[in-house]
Amino acid sequence: METFRQTRRSHTRYDRGARNISGCGLAGMMSLSGERTDGRLIREAIGLLHDRSNGLGGGFAGYGIYPEWPDHFALHMMYYSLEAQEDAEKALRHNCEVAREEKIPTRPIPTIVDPPLLWRYFVRPKGDLLVERQAPSEDDFILDLVMTINRSVEGAYVFSSGKNMGTFKGVGFAEDIGEFYRVEEYQAHIWVAHGRFPTNTPGWWAGAHPFTLLDWSVVHNGEISSYGINKRYLEQFGYCCSMRTDTEVMAYLLDLLVRRHKLPVPIACRVLAAPFWRDIQQMEEPERRLHKTLRQVYAGALVNGPFAIVFAHKEGMVGLNDRIKLRPLVAARKDDLLLLASEEAAIRTMCPNPDVVWAPRGGEPVIGTLGSMEVEGEPKRRLEEASA
Amino acid sequence: MMMKERDLLLEEPQTEEAEEPLHEVRVATTPVYYPPEFRWTNDQERCARCKRCIHQCGWKALRWEGRVVADDSKCVGCHRCEAFCPERCITILPNPQAFKEHGLWSVGHRRNLWKQAETGGVLLAGMGNDLPYQVLWDHLVLDACQVTNPSIDPAREPMELRTHLGRKPEAVEVRQNGDGFELVTALEPGIELSTPIVFAAMSYGSISLPAQKSIAMAACELGTLWNTGEGGLHDEVRPFANRAIVQCASGRFGVDVDYLNSGAGVEIKIGQGAKPGIGGHLPGEKVSQDVSETRMIPVGSDALSPAPQHDIYSIEDLRQLIFAIKEATNYEKPVSVKIAAVHNVAAIASGMVRAGADILYLDGFRGGTGAAPTTIRDHFGIPIEIAIAVVDQRLRDEGIRNQASIIAAGGIRSSADVAKAITLGADAVAIGTAALMALGCTLCQKCYTGRCSWGITTQDPQLTRRLDPNVGAQRLVNLVKAWSEELEEMLGALGVNSIESLRGSRERLRGIQLDRTTLEVLGVKPAGVGA
Repeated sequence: METFRQTRRSHTRYDRGARNISGCGLAGMMSLSGERTDGRLIREAIGLLHDRSNGLGGGFAGYGIYPEWPDHFALHMMYYSLEAQEDAEKALRHNCEVAREEKIPTRPIPTIVDPPLLWRYFVRPKGDLLVERQAPSEDDFILDLVMTINRSVEGAYVFSSGKNMGTFKGVGFAEDIGEFYRVEEYQAHIWVAHGRFPTNTPGWWAGAHPFTLLDWSVVHNGEISSYGINKRYLEQFGYCCSMRTDTEVMAYLLDLLVRRHKLPVPIACRVLAAPFWRDIQQMEEPERRLHKTLRQVYAGALVNGPFAIVFAHKEGMVGLNDRIKLRPLVAARKDDLLLLASEEAAIRTMCPNPDVVWAPRGGEPVIGTLGSMEVEGEPKRRLEEASA
Repeated sequence: MMMKERDLLLEEPQTEEAEEPLHEVRVATTPVYYPPEFRWTNDQERCARCKRCIHQCGWKALRWEGRVVADDSKCVGCHRCEAFCPERCITILPNPQAFKEHGLWSVGHRRNLWKQAETGGVLLAGMGNDLPYQVLWDHLVLDACQVTNPSIDPAREPMELRTHLGRKPEAVEVRQNGDGFELVTALEPGIELSTPIVFAAMSYGSISLPAQKSIAMAACELGTLWNTGEGGLHDEVRPFANRAIVQCASGRFGVDVDYLNSGAGVEIKIGQGAKPGIGGHLPGEKVSQDVSETRMIPVGSDALSPAPQHDIYSIEDLRQLIFAIKEATNYEKPVSVKIAAVHNVAAIASGMVRAGADILYLDGFRGGTGAAPTTIRDHFGIPIEIAIAVVDQRLRDEGIRNQASIIAAGGIRSSADVAKAITLGADAVAIGTAALMALGCTLCQKCYTGRCSWGITTQDPQLTRRLDPNVGAQRLVNLVKAWSEELEEMLGALGVNSIESLRGSRERLRGIQLDRTTLEVLGVKPAGVGA
């Protein structure tokens, strides 16, 4: 119990509603054909970006890691006390059928200290509650549960809630976090990773990246200068920003735009990093009207300030920069591999001889879709070369 | 000596012919002497005796007796004479005549009391509330980028101030269409602004035609809006109507279907920040042929705007009028509803949005006016800072913020005030007093007398011809352009390149010297608390 008390003390000391500001390194790899690889390469890549982080946060997300649980939500939980675990599990069991629960396998290493209790649960919403609460879908039901636990169960956090995917994160250098969580034991067709350089107080495991919600995961380098309004915009739709990291708003915005408003991913990217009015003015109708409408309606969802993000969902992986590219992001292709990273060196760690390497322009997304060999945002030049 | 004060109720506007008030006021039996507010002096050695000051004074405070002689009691401190003195030899000072100081009875209170004891009348005032209430703008400071996020250089990167007013849907529907995307959602009519600064409602009647024309021309050149006020649309400003909000107020002056359809939008005026809860009165003497035609009332008749709109006694009545106007304009114009910011403004605003208003125009208690009872002007309503904060939050809490835009007005003095208003949650601000000051106004607060020496709040052709609309428009364009450029600078310092990333982003504001409750109401953290 002594350990818990200490943990809790350090937890509360930094837990004053402050938002963590951070710089970062990020990396992502995806097999467009859906072939799975283990977590070693991505761990090496993010390890190479060691100097872009300061040991105060790192993490991974893998897609396709729980093929034996395709229809169950995999809830990864952090508990800062046994009471928190009791309360959160009570909420879980009240709302869901829990098919399996277990400690997340970890390996004790000296650089990772004071971890919270880490558990995972494979769950489905209880059918009668789904009807009773008139939840539009199982996703909405789980989303509501995640928000409730994160907001109201003191010391308990859901840090991963998708199907057949999972997030592994904590305080430490990313490569150490990878070792701690044993990422080499998981096979995934999409991996994203993040090493964090927070500029204010450390000690906040749930604040590390990737930030996830349902099957969305986001790794983010940057500080969202429009955080204040993005947060207030999201609150109108019932999202509660409780993780005190501005990356959280990215994940919620994507959830709102793509899952709830059903915008195609390329359009959602144009909302987050909207084209300038002067460029819209140059567009032909009806494209101009589309973008004028998007900017007017989604003014509160424009993400302003420096960012490079890689986000993944069950169908693909996307890289996106802010509209004037204030943070680095490099992309590359090799056969069915799509690679994204803060620096080219990290890409060459994962793939020493890529077919093409390019720096996406500000606001222009790189979109890889599972099952399609065409990547949006890839320079045309390469295609011509390929055909010639 | 018995001094004749100009600030009397029902005082007629002075004309060239009538130097003395047209009717005598009731005089109390015990005369009370109180000294004038200002002391007019000129340096006799430097005076060129050109008499220009005498001609410039709309108040007839100066006369020629071999040299310029002043009747200080008539001087309002508008500085018109001083501005036109070629020798710069005029100095207008606060009257140093001292009364015994009193912590409770200010000289202002004493002066007002004496006036009323003398006349038995209601005190009138012009412009906005001038009492030293705490100005909340001056207790709010903005954030700037350092290290962790970069500021943006507005000279090198695009900065966007474009703003759209009107009702917007909650979501956009987009369909995949072959390789491209197809927009399914159609927006309701709105108004595009090049900068989030519009001109406040000022009627022809309350201000002169050249003043209104200056504002109308400036709005068109800037790509923003002007507002007819409750005075109809004069032929001379009709060419600028595509950038006008045409107002429909309680007197319905100048309102017909053509009028409603001639502007960019229609505004239902319920109240005004300077005089919440009361109407207006344009004396018949001011209703010239021109004004009569514009307002659609007989020459010489008093133009009375009732306190309430007599077909709006409830929120459901407002809904009826909103939709009557939408019907009359074929649902092609956004409808704005203007109210004075009062205690229950958040709930009222919510009702207005649900009643169909596309734009909420909130007017704070510092808002200006041509004429208002002093006691109403100075003691009614709430600050606009508070009103923006509570209305924006309430509409967000109810999930209806997207259904209406907020225009905030009432005491916007600088681009910093604009930025703070937008950060609190306004879509745009309206400037009235500031616009008139760009035209020359020095805030003498005597608009209600109709004698404005600057030709702004008068209908006397001798005075109105002093204002050249071309010059006036240029000065207004200069002002708004300067403020807009400053807004871009501020966005750059805040590290964002679009005004919508500042709108409602209260995280970028901090309060200084504000009590906890005020901070909570404003939704702003105190300085010293980080992100």
